[in-house]
Amino acid sequence: MIAFFIIVIAAAVGYFVYSSQKSVPFKLGLDLAGGTELVYTADVSKIPADEVSDSMSALRDTIERRVNIFGVSEPLVETETAGIFGSASTQNRLIVELPGVTDIDAAKSAIGATPVLEFYLIKTSDYNAITAKNLNATDTQTAIDAARITTGITGSMLSKAALAFDPTTGAPIVSLQFNSTGAQKFADLTKNNIGDIAAIYLDGAPLEMPTIREAITNGQAQITGSFTLDQAKDLVRNLNYGALPVPITVLSEQTIGPTLGAATVNAGILSGIIAFIVIAAFLILWYRLPGFLAVVALAAYTCLNLAIYKIIPVTLTAAGIAGFILSIGMAVDANILIFERMKEELRKGRSIMDAVHEGFSRAWPSIRDSNTSSIITGLILYYFSSTSVIKGFALVFIIGVLVSMFTAITASRFFLFAVSPKKQGRLSLFLMKNGFTH
Amino acid sequence: MFIVKYRPIFYIFSGILVAGSIIAMLVWGLNSSIDFKGGSLLEVSYTNGRPSQDVVVSAVAPLNLSASVIPSASNEYDIRTITLTDDQKNSLISVLTALEPASTSTMPIMIGSTTATATISSPSMQVDGFNTIGPVLGAEAAWKSIVAVVLVILAIVLFIAWAFRKVSEPVSSWKYGIVAIIDLVHNIVIPLGVFAVLGHFYGYEVDTLFVTSLLVILGFSVHDTIVVFDRIRENLRVMPGSKPFSEIVGTSINQTFVRSINTSLTTLFALAVLYFVGGASTQHFSLSLIIGIAAGTYASICLGSPLLVTLEKWQKKGKK
Repeated sequence: MIAFFIIVIAAAVGYFVYSSQKSVPFKLGLDLAGGTELVYTADVSKIPADEVSDSMSALRDTIERRVNIFGVSEPLVETETAGIFGSASTQNRLIVELPGVTDIDAAKSAIGATPVLEFYLIKTSDYNAITAKNLNATDTQTAIDAARITTGITGSMLSKAALAFDPTTGAPIVSLQFNSTGAQKFADLTKNNIGDIAAIYLDGAPLEMPTIREAITNGQAQITGSFTLDQAKDLVRNLNYGALPVPITVLSEQTIGPTLGAATVNAGILSGIIAFIVIAAFLILWYRLPGFLAVVALAAYTCLNLAIYKIIPVTLTAAGIAGFILSIGMAVDANILIFERMKEELRKGRSIMDAVHEGFSRAWPSIRDSNTSSIITGLILYYFSSTSVIKGFALVFIIGVLVSMFTAITASRFFLFAVSPKKQGRLSLFLMKNGFTH
Repeated sequence: MFIVKYRPIFYIFSGILVAGSIIAMLVWGLNSSIDFKGGSLLEVSYTNGRPSQDVVVSAVAPLNLSASVIPSASNEYDIRTITLTDDQKNSLISVLTALEPASTSTMPIMIGSTTATATISSPSMQVDGFNTIGPVLGAEAAWKSIVAVVLVILAIVLFIAWAFRKVSEPVSSWKYGIVAIIDLVHNIVIPLGVFAVLGHFYGYEVDTLFVTSLLVILGFSVHDTIVVFDRIRENLRVMPGSKPFSEIVGTSINQTFVRSINTSLTTLFALAVLYFVGGASTQHFSLSLIIGIAAGTYASICLGSPLLVTLEKWQKKGKK
């Protein structure tokens, strides 16, 4: 019964992998999808040590915004702290992956500029006229951008932004402190335009659209809005650091054309299928009935793995696909150990049922120990990988070992008990033994 | 029994392989890729057939980029240089584009009622990939690789010593660990040696993916060793004291060598398919895995367990 269940579930998972290819496609790494990867190092020497991580995440947000404006689907921007062992200096890195972008120079200039914080004036009458048109979000934004009036106030005039709370409602507030030039300009702006909007733009995208309630002459302003505590914190961070450039320089860059990747994917799929067939043929020829069951377990292994790649999701690279194919070869190892042991027990004259029991329990210690060593290797590989390509491989490798522990041991055990003949005849013995006669 | 009895032959065979590999590494060294030494790699393809290698080399030479030009596939070149700035990269690309004139094709078009001929020109060179790695990043990757290899060896050995901790007679568990170290070093030195030879004669490079293959070899080749050791552990329990250690080891090898070979075979099948069908980007990776796993299977049968017997013999001599 359980054996049947496992097959049904595995088949369902396989169907999910196949049918969801449009809605949930595999996540392909840059080397397969084509695109650009840039690794920057950030110069944080002028930033106090306790603010480094804040300014790094502000930098990441800033660049993410720029990249989004650049029009890339699913860009990846992440920060990383790297250092060589034994050296005191650590480096703060920024990794930018731009799938589909092959014009590396354009990408670099879009990313490389320092963030710009600007204040604009938008007349409430204009704003209302635009929103009354009920346009879609993009068109509304375009119209608002066209209606905005330059104030000349920029992030360089902001001396500090801080998080505060409304004393009565407890809602988070962002308070701004301008320097003298900024305070003067802000005073002029607010005095003449009460009721209008002082829009805050970061890198050309609107960050906040507060309404001017009163003239602010002391250079202190407050942004109240219906934002959550986290949003307010983000805003403060962006205002503080968004205007503060963290200089970045390129450490490495990589561009892969899309044709190369597509060829690799096809080659990977083809070799996966061939490898599966070769291994399946070997198992069935050598181990007969148990071998066939191992092939069923291996098919379940393949489906489960592919589903996990989609669900986590695991970014598949050429090395990752190679790792998966390698893992198909390794996944059946536990089966081989068990079947060889079973065969040995049969030769000793045990009944089929006993031999199956013994096969599993006696082979277990070596399966456990060898898989543990594989996982140790995989973990070290994961933590010491210098590139995302290797990380992808390590992840696939670890998942493979773990899933194979389930399919090759648990699943094939149920299969074997389900079909094991209770009576011992010549046919059943033939099926359970293998072609290697002693 | 055969293997245990004639173990010196196998020691000598492995010794020759390892010594040869070490000599190859010392004499020729490894051809390290830009992953480790920093630099740039530009992959270009010429859709209408590539110019000859000499032409490319002499065209690139004036740029002073210490470029090496290596043909790949049927119409591509891999050009390796020092770490390029944007300007250097652009001038390199324009030099390469100029080598092959844009292909022109004519086609008739209708304008009103008259037929004219339009000339369409398309550049025949295209950039398939560009990769540049700063020297700092390269040095870091090289260092990380070495640390990872050493860590994996240590971790596996400690694990084996721990897993076999209950086995103390007649050979203590840490000796299983030592034998595992010898096995593991044997298994990665041989692919390293082969790649030193291939690097010298065919320009094969050692990159981060190659290091990954070494780590996988370490993780995988210990499987077979564990299978034999596990059987020795079991046989020592089943028939304690009654038989000499060498006989127990011999029996254990006989009982397990079919499965050692079969587990490696399935993996080697997968790798062979990957080597021939899997595409260029992982071909060298699968080659080094094939070499390492084959060496590992050999070592687990013919080197590791016989070494345990040798250690036991030495131990006995020491007691007398």
